[in-house]
Amino acid sequence: MTHAGGRARSRSSGARRILLRLLLMVVAAAGLAVLVPGIASAEGEQVIGTVQTSRSGPIDGVTVTVTTPDGNEIGTDTTGADGKWSVDLPGPGQYVVTIDKDKLPGGVVLAGEDSRTVNVGPGRKQPVTIGLNDGSRASGGGSVRAIQLLVDGLRFGLLIAMCAVGLSLIFGTTGLTNFAHGELVTIGAIVAWYFNVRAGLPLIPATLLAMVVGGAVGALNELWLWRPLRRRGTGLVAALVVSIGLSLALRYLIQIVYGGFSNPYVSYQNQRAVDYGVFTLTNRALFSIIISVVVLLLVAVMLQRTKIGKAMRAVSDNRDLAASSGIDVNRVILVVWVMGGALATLGGVLLGLSDQVQWDMGFRLLLLMFAGVTLGGLGTAYGALVGSIIVGVFVQLSTLVIPDDMKYVGGLLLLIVILVIRPQGILGSRVRIG
Amino acid sequence: MGDLLNAIAIAGKSALGFQAIFFALLAIGLNMHFGYTGLLNFGQIAFALLGGFGIAVSVAQWGLPFWVGVLIGVGAAVVLALLLGLPTLRLRADYLAIVTIATAEGLRLVFRSVSATPVTGGTRGLSSFNRDFIALAPWDTSTQYPVLGTRWSGGELWVALVGWLLVALFSLLTWLLVRSPWGRVIKSIREDEDAVRALGKNVYAYKMQSLVLGGVIGAFGGMVYAVATGSANPDQYQNANTFLAYAALILGGAARVLGPVVGSMLLLFILQFADTGLRLLIDRGVIPEGLLSSTDVAQIRFVLVGVGLMLLLIFRPQGIFGDRREVMIDAR
Repeated sequence: MTHAGGRARSRSSGARRILLRLLLMVVAAAGLAVLVPGIASAEGEQVIGTVQTSRSGPIDGVTVTVTTPDGNEIGTDTTGADGKWSVDLPGPGQYVVTIDKDKLPGGVVLAGEDSRTVNVGPGRKQPVTIGLNDGSRASGGGSVRAIQLLVDGLRFGLLIAMCAVGLSLIFGTTGLTNFAHGELVTIGAIVAWYFNVRAGLPLIPATLLAMVVGGAVGALNELWLWRPLRRRGTGLVAALVVSIGLSLALRYLIQIVYGGFSNPYVSYQNQRAVDYGVFTLTNRALFSIIISVVVLLLVAVMLQRTKIGKAMRAVSDNRDLAASSGIDVNRVILVVWVMGGALATLGGVLLGLSDQVQWDMGFRLLLLMFAGVTLGGLGTAYGALVGSIIVGVFVQLSTLVIPDDMKYVGGLLLLIVILVIRPQGILGSRVRIG
Repeated sequence: MGDLLNAIAIAGKSALGFQAIFFALLAIGLNMHFGYTGLLNFGQIAFALLGGFGIAVSVAQWGLPFWVGVLIGVGAAVVLALLLGLPTLRLRADYLAIVTIATAEGLRLVFRSVSATPVTGGTRGLSSFNRDFIALAPWDTSTQYPVLGTRWSGGELWVALVGWLLVALFSLLTWLLVRSPWGRVIKSIREDEDAVRALGKNVYAYKMQSLVLGGVIGAFGGMVYAVATGSANPDQYQNANTFLAYAALILGGAARVLGPVVGSMLLLFILQFADTGLRLLIDRGVIPEGLLSSTDVAQIRFVLVGVGLMLLLIFRPQGIFGDRREVMIDAR
């Protein structure tokens, strides 16, 4: 759950540049592999890589193991003085590369997980990078770790909020606990990736196009599935399980179409963090914060001032009363879905920008969205906002005490604690919890 | 024709093998939660994780006897059920759903994290803890025996035998319990919680008992899985398994004693048959490689389960054997 997130944020700019370059190489190579599928040489597949960090340089004596996804071992190699390793593969396919973390020298720790799953095309020498951290973060700039994490957490929380506003409004207007909302995030991010990487559009127009697609996906959700189900009188528990089925089917369909590996967008990748005194921030992280704040403010203004926004809040509050006072409830719900889809897409793109685009990125975010929404109060739009920001900040700040790869667990724990103390959430009202 | 028979035989083996037992036990536990009490537990796999790792950690890391490991697994499942139930059982159904799924994912992340490696083996997991159990088999576990057109090793047969005995035992237990006064109370809780409360029953305590019982049954499922594969890896216990168990339960029919058992056998048969069939069609070139490659087939099973779950819930929520009036589907 954590690997890409921790890696991209928590490293000094020097190590980050090297890592990004390596990642770009991987992506470029993977891109080539996709472009030349017709080469029939079924031999010579390899996974290769270099174990190194920016400060200590290449590390020797580290064992790297390659297995199939079911755990059958293919081979191992031990790095030499140059830190390089390579393992021959029996054929193309998916492989898991694991590094023996016990052999790492003192001071060097894994930045994320100790294994990576890669897809190797026919005849490819697939480079694999496993992120390492040598503690050089502390030496870079004048950043104070807690403040740095606070700012990172704010960015992450705003991103969760953007995805979660739709989830919360859908719950408020229809009562549906939509477990397939994470897939809206993933679909948005991946559509933007196809526009950006495959079609070569700059990221901003690609994102805008993807938001249109995301809104359309949201509308299709409502028109083809949930509206007919409401008309049939399907119960809320049944609808919840249906949404789980939809989530499962979509998630693995995405994996089939897009693949099991992670890819970055082509723009705004190679950025150096700017030093702001007590914290550092890349420009893309800064713009991520600005975009989130502006978009969320617009949503708030819409909810507060416009006719459709007031209608949304009215339907959330009391559906029958809203319907009897002349509000077209189905139209309001459709608008909520379109808005939710578009916002989830934008959130997905920002997540893909800071981490990478992955087939299950949305599902991994979903639990944090639920944590945020429940924390703020199920069904309230502003609650989702406040709750998500708290969850984001908490998740990042928790790395002060718990290891990086367990930071999402902190968010989930927070959710459980809040349910004990104040089940209706921060902004929720008592009646909703039943 | 030979291929078809072969595919059926392979699917049949899978419907009788340890995976079917694993899902049957998960689903029997869920039947207690969801089918009879109306609790939405989406973290059943967490109980299985604790069961499997209870044995694995006790035997492989702490050097304890196998049966102590079983007890530790059961104990851990009881503790988890209490911890989950305490904050959520007083709240509406979807809170339990969110908290359980979050806990399952959180536990998996903790078990696979670098800092847990000294205990759980991290992403590599643990192995070689099932020798004591396999050694109990009354026949030679290393030879292969032909059963119904496929070959089973003696060890597989032994695990399957004990596993199905467990399934029978827990099915019998469920049957006895739901006919008892206790069973009538939990079924009434599913139908109308407030009415039960008005009769002076402690709804919270009954829900908690059901949660603990179903969780322990799920933990036994995890133990069967760990013992059968001979290894325990946190990533074997993915959230998706909970939903596979739900699919099995709803396919067979919730709130029916044998619903989860039949459901999981059928589910495994269908999945394995689709798997073998698709691979065969790809090998033969009937399905062009560009459309679907053999590496994608493993993902297809989840797509099938997802779509199947949706269709079942929409068109036949009572499954094969269930009674529509008995399925907690319209309640909140």
